[in-house]
Amino acid sequence: MNFHVIGVNHNSAPLEMRERLAVSEAQLPDAIRSLVQQPGVDEGMVLSTCNRVEVLTSVKQGADLRGFLGSYFGVSPAALNSHIYEFEQREAVRHVFRVASSLDSMVVGEPQILGQVKEAYAVARGLGAVHSALEALLSRAFAVAKRVRSETAIGSSSVSIASVAVQLAEKIFGSLEDKTVYLVGAGKMAELAARHLIAHGAKNIVISNRTHERAVELAESFGGNAVPFDQLHETADHADIILTSTGAPEPLFRREHGEKLLKGRRNRPMFFIDIAVPRNVHPDMNKLDGMFVYDVDDLQSVATDNAAERRKEAERAEKIIELEVDRFASRMKSLAVVPTILSLQEYCETIRQAEIDRIRGRLGTITPEQEAAIEAMTRGIINKLLHTPITTLKSSTDHPEAATIHEMIRRLFNLNTGKPKD
Amino acid sequence: MLPLFWLRVALSLYGVGLLYALASFWGGRKVLTLITLPAVGLGMVFHFVSIIENAMFSGTWTPTSMHGLESLLAFVLMVFFFIVYARYRATSPGLAVFPLVFWLTFSASSYASPTEPSAPIFVSLQWIYIHVALILIGYSALFFSFILSILYLIQERNLKSKAGMNGFWSRLPALATIDEIGFKCLIWGFPFMTLGLIAGSILAEARYGTRYFADPKILLSGLMWVVYMVLLYTRWSAGWRGRRAAYLATFAFGAAVLAWAANNVSQTHRFLAP
Repeated sequence: MNFHVIGVNHNSAPLEMRERLAVSEAQLPDAIRSLVQQPGVDEGMVLSTCNRVEVLTSVKQGADLRGFLGSYFGVSPAALNSHIYEFEQREAVRHVFRVASSLDSMVVGEPQILGQVKEAYAVARGLGAVHSALEALLSRAFAVAKRVRSETAIGSSSVSIASVAVQLAEKIFGSLEDKTVYLVGAGKMAELAARHLIAHGAKNIVISNRTHERAVELAESFGGNAVPFDQLHETADHADIILTSTGAPEPLFRREHGEKLLKGRRNRPMFFIDIAVPRNVHPDMNKLDGMFVYDVDDLQSVATDNAAERRKEAERAEKIIELEVDRFASRMKSLAVVPTILSLQEYCETIRQAEIDRIRGRLGTITPEQEAAIEAMTRGIINKLLHTPITTLKSSTDHPEAATIHEMIRRLFNLNTGKPKD
Repeated sequence: MLPLFWLRVALSLYGVGLLYALASFWGGRKVLTLITLPAVGLGMVFHFVSIIENAMFSGTWTPTSMHGLESLLAFVLMVFFFIVYARYRATSPGLAVFPLVFWLTFSASSYASPTEPSAPIFVSLQWIYIHVALILIGYSALFFSFILSILYLIQERNLKSKAGMNGFWSRLPALATIDEIGFKCLIWGFPFMTLGLIAGSILAEARYGTRYFADPKILLSGLMWVVYMVLLYTRWSAGWRGRRAAYLATFAFGAAVLAWAANNVSQTHRFLAP
């Protein structure tokens, strides 16, 4: 087999190019069918996400994949060549493992890519475009991705401000399921952060904004409530999480407000996410027991830490992948000698049978015991003779002269004639 | 000899738990958890066997020495640990529980073989057993709420320091979860502790009359119970958490340790043989 990957991703090609090559879900079956109809292509699948378009194939010599991309998408070879990457054999295996494990992603460690690869694989498999070789590669890639995820912390920490805020909220409250979120100020950033919190289970959203109409409008889109801005402090003790983003020049929440809030909520903890600059929550608030205040810089520094941690974890992941590529390659090589071993055994068995048939007539009548003895003896001879060549073949897969040994055995036993099965 | 044999097997398995607790401070890994929990779980099974054999040997369920008592307390603590683990998947209490259990089991198993009943037999031993069991459950609950109040403090500091999410302590459960476990332990432990003390008082009253209540062990137990109640009340009525709750829990736990140790100075509440 001969793996071949060709494609573009967020590093190699600008968005316009990725857009031209992108394959929609509806178009995917057609693209796969055209791909496997190319001369020389045994198996193939197409992976198309917003950050990459890739064609994974198992090919014979002489398949022209660049030509396929150019003609299928109507892109000139010149335009294509400057943005495309290509990997073969071992490099292709490594690339597939890295993509599935989210090491090649724009945000390293993001979890969606594995699902996308699985989806692309399922479609191609459904069309019969993926069977033996690519199937082995992809199922290994899924196992490797799982291993990377469980043995490194690559996907465990958030790297955007909004997701850090959510993660911190979960560190404080456990589940966000029954928590009340107050949005104070209704700008774009607040909306984004709120959507993150809602996606993680927060249900009660209350919005307060200086322009009340905007609060009402946003509340409708979230299915929440709006509270007039001048009633903010009276009702804020219902809030578990307060996300502030107003343009107020002075802090809206100071320590003395905090003391009152805590009393109102019998000391249950409260989390202030303050993304306003200048800050809406006075830093002294953080000194109160049960009050947690993170401003934009705090969130950013956690996000930066996490990103550094991810890079460290990514290095560990690369090592795992290197090991897995080795393992996969040697498995593939040992699979390559299996047909030779089988035909060697077949060859000897034919000779044995022929010889037994030849002498049977000369022996006259023999007892079943004698017949069994002849069987056992001839089999024994064959097995003992074949033992060394077979073990040599099996163990030679990592040997530099593996191909020579392999070829030599085929020639010595004349295995190539009449059955070029492989 | 046999009961001690199984206890020592349990001890060595608890040793794995102790190693885990120590190793965690240098950044223990998941693999360790995979080994630790089965190991200490198995330790518990052998521990149980040793308790049964001990009871068969001495002919009573009631522990007949301080060492028997230690073994029982260690066992109850482990049961608590696994109940909490089953409900919340929290292993971090193990940081404190495993060392304590190891120490108690070590002390219990390094002592001589089980002896004939040596406790002051003034009422039916079975009645004392009820008193002991209730109190041990109460002690365990108190210990757990003490550990969890410390963990709460640590997690609170950790979150306030904005140290991020990659440090050692970031592996603690969510603050709310720690709070819930601690409070549940407090609530569940209180009736056991109270009934245990009442049972003890009734037994003692029957034997010694009122002079029994001037004993240091009894006074300390009373103090512990009062602090326990204050702890529960402030949490229930004012939602005290964090620092203030941790002070109270430490105080209650300290009183409990003294009450436990007071067996050595008490005139009336003690095992006759050392």
